[in-house]
Amino acid sequence: MIHALTFYLFAAIAVVSAFMVVLNRNPVHSVLWLILTFFNGAGLFVLMGAEFVAMLVVVVYVGAVAVLFLFVVMMLDINMLSLREGMLQYVPVGAAIAIILAVEVGLLFLDWSFAGEAMSLRAAPTPDAGEVTNTEALGNLIYTQYVYLFQVAGLVLLVAMIGAIVLTLRINPNVRRQDIGRQISRPKSQVLAVRKVRSRGGI
Amino acid sequence: MADFWSGIAWPLIIIVAQILLIVLPLLGAVAYLTYAERKVIGAIQLRKGPNVVGPFGLLQPIADGVKLLLKETVIPTGADRAVFVLAPLLTFILAMIGWAVIPFDEGWVLADINVGVLYLLAISGLGVYGIIMAGWASNSRYALLGGLRSAAQMVSYEISMGLIIISVLMTAGTLNLSEIVRAQGEGVWYVIPHLPMFVIFVVSILAETNRAPFDLPEAEAELVSGYNVEYSAMTFALFFLGEYANMILMSAIAVVLFLGGWLPPLDIAPFTWVPGIIWFALKICLILFVFLWVRATFPRFRYDQLMRLGWKVFLPLSLIWVVLTAGVLVTFDLLPA
Repeated sequence: MIHALTFYLFAAIAVVSAFMVVLNRNPVHSVLWLILTFFNGAGLFVLMGAEFVAMLVVVVYVGAVAVLFLFVVMMLDINMLSLREGMLQYVPVGAAIAIILAVEVGLLFLDWSFAGEAMSLRAAPTPDAGEVTNTEALGNLIYTQYVYLFQVAGLVLLVAMIGAIVLTLRINPNVRRQDIGRQISRPKSQVLAVRKVRSRGGI
Repeated sequence: MADFWSGIAWPLIIIVAQILLIVLPLLGAVAYLTYAERKVIGAIQLRKGPNVVGPFGLLQPIADGVKLLLKETVIPTGADRAVFVLAPLLTFILAMIGWAVIPFDEGWVLADINVGVLYLLAISGLGVYGIIMAGWASNSRYALLGGLRSAAQMVSYEISMGLIIISVLMTAGTLNLSEIVRAQGEGVWYVIPHLPMFVIFVVSILAETNRAPFDLPEAEAELVSGYNVEYSAMTFALFFLGEYANMILMSAIAVVLFLGGWLPPLDIAPFTWVPGIIWFALKICLILFVFLWVRATFPRFRYDQLMRLGWKVFLPLSLIWVVLTAGVLVTFDLLPA
């Protein structure tokens, strides 16, 4: 009973906070609600016994991605009034897109059937959860069966990272930069001079 | 009814009692950590430190606490009230819930979960929200700048911390904190094989808890007091408690990962008479002393130097160490089963 109760608690909060993300006027509040949604998603993963994935959701989405969101949104200077001005103008377009999507998804689900061998493929990709912890199970799978896909995913991320750096890196020759290696390799004779100063004489 | 009593109510009472048993001593430890800080820094600077309230000034933390309780909570007019109040609460709660997975002694742990290390990483990653929310909600320049600095700093140092933890995990072969300590009992404390990483880890936790010499978020010379400048009374006290509880938590993590948790330094007679929890507390005190010692010794880093240290020094070093650890473990067939 407690299990079901916790499930409904997490699920309800997740749905409500997901709505709040969209309904909120203030973008910073929206991001904070989004974080709450992620958090409850992680809670649902824990209930399913997928503790490793739950922790990763919190570490990656809440701990890194959402921080960057918040960072960006906080720096934006958004005027709420001017945002609301053109609202009526966009309502028909938005409604049309929403209706088309809803109809498509509806059609898809009405006509949904599992392929004959789907269930047997789904069965037993990993050992039973009682035998190994799910960190171990995931590791065994990722680093053996799906090692190439895993490596490709890593390469894609690497390329994205290099791309971001290339796009944003500007080297301005007029900026004086600290070169710590050069600083500490200077000999004493270049940077230090001991003078005897005569009283009232100055240098 | 009997089912309700034995199935729900009794376990609930037990777990609440356990939580209180962790949180109350922790709050006491936080109070006396502030006292120890003032005494230690006083001694280093040839002063006496607090010595008026009670014998040797021992009641000073209590006086400070009462003072903070009695002050007026001021919420600035331009502030976002909900977020403004939420931020210190969040900081405080996050500093507390991390303790759920810390093993104090053999079997003395509230939640002995299999992903304990990841849980701690997740909790320490969330810590940044308290600060960034406080900075934004205060609607003040200094607070916002402090919050932004802190967010960038914590995100940067978390990465090298994660990589250091990976080296330890590979050596121990588990994500469970109690198991990591037991693995150190069978072999050596990981501070010996991973000594360079231990040093980097301790420096990183200084940055992660916004302590000197990385206390840029609250650099009083430039930002007045940074993210918490608009806070007063209890809201400020919660930030303060959270910051110090976080220091103790981070020290506890360092002890569990590198200094063998509750284990005595040598497994022979006089050392094994002392209970494990005492060893655990002593080791935490050792690392906390380093926190205070560093604060009294080093000047504050400049912001670009801080980022350089995190990204250009610690990150490559810990990355190399991960590869090196894996290589050594595989070559000499030392991988844990």
